[in-house]
Amino acid sequence: MTLFRRWAGDPILVGLALTLSLFGIAMIYSAGVLNVPSPVVTGAWRRQLVWLALSLVVFTFVSRVRGRWIEWAALPSYLAAVVLLAAVLVIGTGAGPAESVGRWIQVGPLRFQPSEFAKVAAVLGIAWFLSSRESPPAGVRDLVAPSAIVGVLLGLVVLQPDLGTALAFVGILFAVLFWSGTPLLHLFLLASPGVALILAFNTIVWSVYFVALVLVVYLFRYRLYLIESAGVVLANLAAGTIALPVWSSLAEYQRNRLLVFLDPGMDPRGAGWNLIQSKVAIGSGGLTGKGFTQGTQKRLDFLPEQHTDFIFSVIGEELGFVGAALAIALFAALLYRLVLMAEKVSDPFAGLVLFGIFGAWVVHIFINVGMTVGIVPITGIPLPFVSYGGTFLLTCWVMTGLAVRMAQEE
Amino acid sequence: MRAAHPNERRVRARLAAAAIGILMLILLASFFRAQVVRGTAWALQSESNRLRVLPIPAPRGTVFDRYGEIVSDNVPSYSLSLFPAEVDSIAISLSRLQPYLSLSDERVEELVETFRSNRRFPLLVKANLTDEEVAAMAELRPEFPGAFLETRPRRRYIHGPALGHVLGYVGEVSPQELESPRFTDYERGMILGKDGLERQYEELLQGVQGIRYVEVDALRRVVGSFEGYAAAPAIPGEDLHLHLDLALQNYIHEIFPDSMRGAVVALNSEDGGILALYSAPSYDPSEFVGGISRDRWQALDTDPAEPLFNRAVMGRYPPASTWKLATAAIAMELGVLEPNEVMPVPCTGSFRFQNVTRRCWNPNGHGYQDLAGAVAQSCNVYFYQVGVRIGLERIVEEGTRLGFGEPCGVDLPRETSGEFPDGLDWWERRWNYRAAENEVLSIAIGQGPNDQTPLKMAQFYLALARGEGAPAPRLRRPIEGEELQPAWSLDLTEASTASLQESLRQVTASGTAFRSTLEHWELIGKTGTAQHDVMGDRLPHAWFAGMAGPFGSAPEIVVVVLVEEGDSGSSVAAPIAAKAADFHLRRKYGIPVDTIQTLGEHLDAGIPAPWAWERQNRPTPDDP
Repeated sequence: MTLFRRWAGDPILVGLALTLSLFGIAMIYSAGVLNVPSPVVTGAWRRQLVWLALSLVVFTFVSRVRGRWIEWAALPSYLAAVVLLAAVLVIGTGAGPAESVGRWIQVGPLRFQPSEFAKVAAVLGIAWFLSSRESPPAGVRDLVAPSAIVGVLLGLVVLQPDLGTALAFVGILFAVLFWSGTPLLHLFLLASPGVALILAFNTIVWSVYFVALVLVVYLFRYRLYLIESAGVVLANLAAGTIALPVWSSLAEYQRNRLLVFLDPGMDPRGAGWNLIQSKVAIGSGGLTGKGFTQGTQKRLDFLPEQHTDFIFSVIGEELGFVGAALAIALFAALLYRLVLMAEKVSDPFAGLVLFGIFGAWVVHIFINVGMTVGIVPITGIPLPFVSYGGTFLLTCWVMTGLAVRMAQEE
Repeated sequence: MRAAHPNERRVRARLAAAAIGILMLILLASFFRAQVVRGTAWALQSESNRLRVLPIPAPRGTVFDRYGEIVSDNVPSYSLSLFPAEVDSIAISLSRLQPYLSLSDERVEELVETFRSNRRFPLLVKANLTDEEVAAMAELRPEFPGAFLETRPRRRYIHGPALGHVLGYVGEVSPQELESPRFTDYERGMILGKDGLERQYEELLQGVQGIRYVEVDALRRVVGSFEGYAAAPAIPGEDLHLHLDLALQNYIHEIFPDSMRGAVVALNSEDGGILALYSAPSYDPSEFVGGISRDRWQALDTDPAEPLFNRAVMGRYPPASTWKLATAAIAMELGVLEPNEVMPVPCTGSFRFQNVTRRCWNPNGHGYQDLAGAVAQSCNVYFYQVGVRIGLERIVEEGTRLGFGEPCGVDLPRETSGEFPDGLDWWERRWNYRAAENEVLSIAIGQGPNDQTPLKMAQFYLALARGEGAPAPRLRRPIEGEELQPAWSLDLTEASTASLQESLRQVTASGTAFRSTLEHWELIGKTGTAQHDVMGDRLPHAWFAGMAGPFGSAPEIVVVVLVEEGDSGSSVAAPIAAKAADFHLRRKYGIPVDTIQTLGEHLDAGIPAPWAWERQNRPTPDDP
């Protein structure tokens, strides 16, 4: 026990992460139990086990790096991420279900996803930037630079295109800004153009929202510079009006995914297939589930990507509400542990890194779990520690290592 | 950036914790709603997702003959079907299956059309697969999602063409049939009777299709049968027990002259049950099982010998001299003819009545005749006089009462009724002239507007054999409690019946059919030679209608033989009837069947037939 405590640094966080990783491998094993076996999925749990071993080694290393070195590495890794993401756009290769989308970089026999590395780099980069400032962002203007720092990486990921991962960057940005002490009003104003973009699909709703926004800006007029107010209003106006052109520029499958989110019954064999089958799997699991490896939806291949993005559907089908609730509780505990660690640490950089990791995981967990049950659009985003995927698992453990390391900073 | 104050950090941390709480509660609530509140609905959806309903075809009832021999049964066979899917994907699957199942382009188009008309049920692509096809499909299963192999009972017609016209055949239900009220409960892909007994007793033989559930995966590949739901087993069709003497039927098929067309009907005189019903040429119903090829169908359909035409129940022929017994019976019923009475006008080769002169077939004449002599010699002049005595109106009335203008009511589809005037106005309706009284001359000798099916003539001779009413000839033995009422009865005294039978006895004893005499049985009957062609360049049809049984007892089997353009009733039709009756009775009484049966055969083979000479020297057959 003491050995584990000494190795882990933070036994609670690492214990939760390890539990989730092993649970994930069990579910990946189950996902491979099909009536008509598919060689890709059947052996996946073994490969994931190897990746976990590698991840633990990397974790051991990362959690023992000196904090200063990490701070020093922030800027270079950020720049490296920009270069790599740019390179992916040129020499990226596809794989697996996303065959047509270049997200990987192949180096000899190795293949990795720069966007995963970019998440870590974004956390470090923005934490370094904000911690090196004199004071927390006080106005909307102070949010422009941090937004730009994350925005560059986000933009490059959207160009791949990888909408799901892009959302993780949004999570990182907002979580870090929140922890740095940015007023909530400003965070809202920063988010408002995005909200306007989504609401633009219904003119009436958008109009009501826009009026409310103008009202808020007016109420808080003494805390904002005029140029800030004007900028926010203009940005919202622009988001509302450019929504349609942006819509038409989206790839067919992206548009389908969004549409299907709004109406899953639209095309049951096409884009709505994943969502419907996932909901059927989860719903048919009932209170206690069909039993480990016994999920019929999964066994009969109705579930798409059952070992990666839709692993939670397998959990819901086979372990039922009890299992799903337990898994959700584990994730909640993991996130809460990060918050507690951030609260204790007094070093600004360390706290910001912890919250950056928190932001990335919140987005991943909520969107991934939410999409299997149909409350958020299907965005192709994996579940931390649980979903099959080597680079992704490694990234999660690198983040865990960073978190453990940062929590020890004074 | 300076370190934030711990209090500030605590507030922010609590806000973050609250955010986690809210997000996770949203997730928990959605899962609770999906899994606990609406779980049952999704569970059902999950079942329907992976379960497919497949019909289990019910085996058709087995057909047995009177001795319990199997006439037709079922054997298992493999068939390939496709699960319902988009029409396009069905079409693609079919074109990919084409080389493996040797489907023609037309067949594929036909199948697509069939599927288009009803997309809810699996599409039967091919039944009765060969072993090679089964092996190929089993091996290529993963490449054909939505295709599944299953065993189905396959109809087997063991005796081939001998029973073609009796059994009919089965085939897949057609779209037209599906629309008819008779087959509203039928589903596409079901096999039903198309003709013959298979059609007549379709509802009885069919049974009830069962249902089973199979589990399929997302690619519609059958993964296994599903045990969760109770499958409804198929209820086999009821068996059919026939009056038929299967061996006799086969024997008739064997002895009927190969190149000739015609029909044979054999009835059990006790109950009117059909012992044999044969129409030549016949077809092999096995060819229709699992779908007959278009070319083969064309060949059968356009064959000038009309093998698909059941002459026994659908063919209408002038009954000719075989009908003379009807004339005699009607006259006796009306009391205008005494059996031993000699007609006043002797046969001189012709007869004159109301300015028309009609010939006898023998230009030299038969002289004075009584009933027995007239029947034995088939003298027309005698029957002209009987006809004149009855009168046209009465002969038409009475003939109609005896059902010569109606079908017999046999349990086979598409029986045709005989053609017979139903009254004096028939000529006006039909030919637009008033019938002169002298029309009776033609009718009395079985010519004129009088065409009968072999089956109808058999029914009439059945009545003669029984001396009372003739029940409708039936193939199926009645189930318990079922009683068939005769449609009509001959209103004759026992003496009249005896004298009619005695006149028939003269035909074989000394008359036209003496060569057909049998060793063990008394065969009595009437030959007929029917002119059917005005120009006279085609040979007349040959008839024999008669009955046989052990000496000194009532006839047990009634046989009618018609041979189209057989020329002579006595030399072509009578031997077939004699051999058939002999075969049936020998088996019935446990006497070994010999290939040389009739007197004629003995004479031709030079084998002595002492029984024939002994019999001729006896005053009456009853005398010891």
